[in-house]
Amino acid sequence: MNSRITDRIATGVFYVIAAIMVALLLYLFYFILSNGVPQITWDFLTSASSSYQAGGGIRDQLFNSLYILVITMIITVPLGVCGGVYMAEYAKPGRVTNFIRTCIEMLASLPSIVVGLFGLLVFVNTTGWGYTIIGGALALTIFNIPVMVRVTEDAIRSVPKEQKEASLALGITRWHTIKTVLLPYAFPGILTGAILASGRVFGEAAALLYTAGLSTPTLDYGNWNPFSENSPLNIFRPAETLAVHIWSVNTQGLIPDVREVANGASAVLVIAVLVFNILARWLGSVIHKKLTAGK
Amino acid sequence: MAKASVTPSAEERLILTKKNRRWDEVRGRSLVTICAVIMIVATIAVTIFLAQKGLQSFTVNNINPIAYLTSTNWNPTGGENASFGIFPFIFGSLAVTFLSALIAAPLGIGAAIFMSEIAPKFGKRVLQPVIELLVGIPSVVYGFIGLVVLVPLLRDNLPGIGFSLLAGVIVLTVMILPTVTTIATDAMRSLPNSLRQGSLALGATRWQTIRKVLIPAALPSLLTAIVLGMARAFGEALAVQMVIGNTRDLPGSIFDTSATLTTIVTLNIGHTTYGSIENNTLWSMGLILLVISFVFIFIVRYLSGRRKI
Repeated sequence: MNSRITDRIATGVFYVIAAIMVALLLYLFYFILSNGVPQITWDFLTSASSSYQAGGGIRDQLFNSLYILVITMIITVPLGVCGGVYMAEYAKPGRVTNFIRTCIEMLASLPSIVVGLFGLLVFVNTTGWGYTIIGGALALTIFNIPVMVRVTEDAIRSVPKEQKEASLALGITRWHTIKTVLLPYAFPGILTGAILASGRVFGEAAALLYTAGLSTPTLDYGNWNPFSENSPLNIFRPAETLAVHIWSVNTQGLIPDVREVANGASAVLVIAVLVFNILARWLGSVIHKKLTAGK
Repeated sequence: MAKASVTPSAEERLILTKKNRRWDEVRGRSLVTICAVIMIVATIAVTIFLAQKGLQSFTVNNINPIAYLTSTNWNPTGGENASFGIFPFIFGSLAVTFLSALIAAPLGIGAAIFMSEIAPKFGKRVLQPVIELLVGIPSVVYGFIGLVVLVPLLRDNLPGIGFSLLAGVIVLTVMILPTVTTIATDAMRSLPNSLRQGSLALGATRWQTIRKVLIPAALPSLLTAIVLGMARAFGEALAVQMVIGNTRDLPGSIFDTSATLTTIVTLNIGHTTYGSIENNTLWSMGLILLVISFVFIFIVRYLSGRRKI
């Protein structure tokens, strides 16, 4: 009898814990969206931020966040996919592979502020670039690569053995098999992973504080020449991202409408992450269906 | 597929010369190997650069490393009487890390057990997406909510001014909870079903099975989950910075303001002159952060070596 009662109590406790988690998420989302969504107006999204007056928007920060994200993914995806292919197909069990694995784990678990410090040391001071978009993107690359490697490795390992062996048995080289059999099959998994990683990059701030900087020069959105000083596309200019903006307005507290700006920016950030999440699942399943059923 | 249309005819594709095929293989192989090497290079570069810069306070500025680590007096701008003791920040970092792990571990593992043993369907359909979304919330947003909700709440109901060690711990707990839960859930789910069935067949209740069979079997992985959560708590900078108060003194209680290594580095590294003694001591803190995150990884590796199932 006694053990049955403890069992009931324990089950009750687990239900409470699960309820706490759900309640926590509901509260957080309710808080962020109910406070933030009323702030999101067209004007808020399209006007420049102000450093001391009320009524500033987040146009440049939003653009910078997206732009750094794109640059980071352009660097990370090829590197990470190739690294993942190596780990899944070419790495032989042994000391070297073990060492690479340790390196990946270390890169993945570096505190983002440490990555930021490394970026400050190398991409800002040693190269003499100062605070730049490319410096920020390279810093983000450091913790994004391990994620991409892991995702790719898992996706390639999930390809049915028979499919790979059939290709190899036809006398096709390993590399050709990877290109024509393994990568297409693993594509939905890799894409999903890349989009989820994008969500992380989009919300990252600590690594960007001292690599991409806390300011944005006056930008001319009509100027699409990437080499010109005030072009938004110039990768050698400082760029404050949305997440960094939330931190800096709260920490410096110079503008009178900190709450409003931070609320609105937080909501935009969380909505973006949500969209990335939903997009990743949806695209993943759609492509998977196409690849498996369509052909 | 678009690719097929540009590939040459079947004859050409199949009768590639042996040499061509070998070249293709060599090229591909080197390409992916280079990418793997880049990861090694990146890890080593981070270590070397930060070690070299972080050691300058001891080699160039002649600060006594023992005093640096153990003194509680942090007064970098004191001119003649400047002193560089970072013990309060080390203490703050360790305090927030252990306290938040202490709260997040039972909650996270409990949620994992709920998802794997008690309500797998509900867990997969509701709880898992909930946790994935929690992972996605950026840390500055956690910090912001902590700043506008938690700090006033603590100020009104508890001693102190709201900004406190406790506020930092609560924010970090919420942040590492999803990390702990996800890894713990994987660990519980990967346990073979025969363990459960064996125990239940002997007449054990579900709770007895969980406590006496499943948790011990999954223990190394569950510990890994906690350690990775702690690593995340230890390295988190901005969210903690916004709520902890950032004072240089050792906190007397959890209601006092405090500071961690990460928050001090974040706040000050932009305001100090590059190469100055104060700046160098901040880089040394960065090095300590790096070393401790390596320690976390070695603990995780040790634990994963002990995994039996």
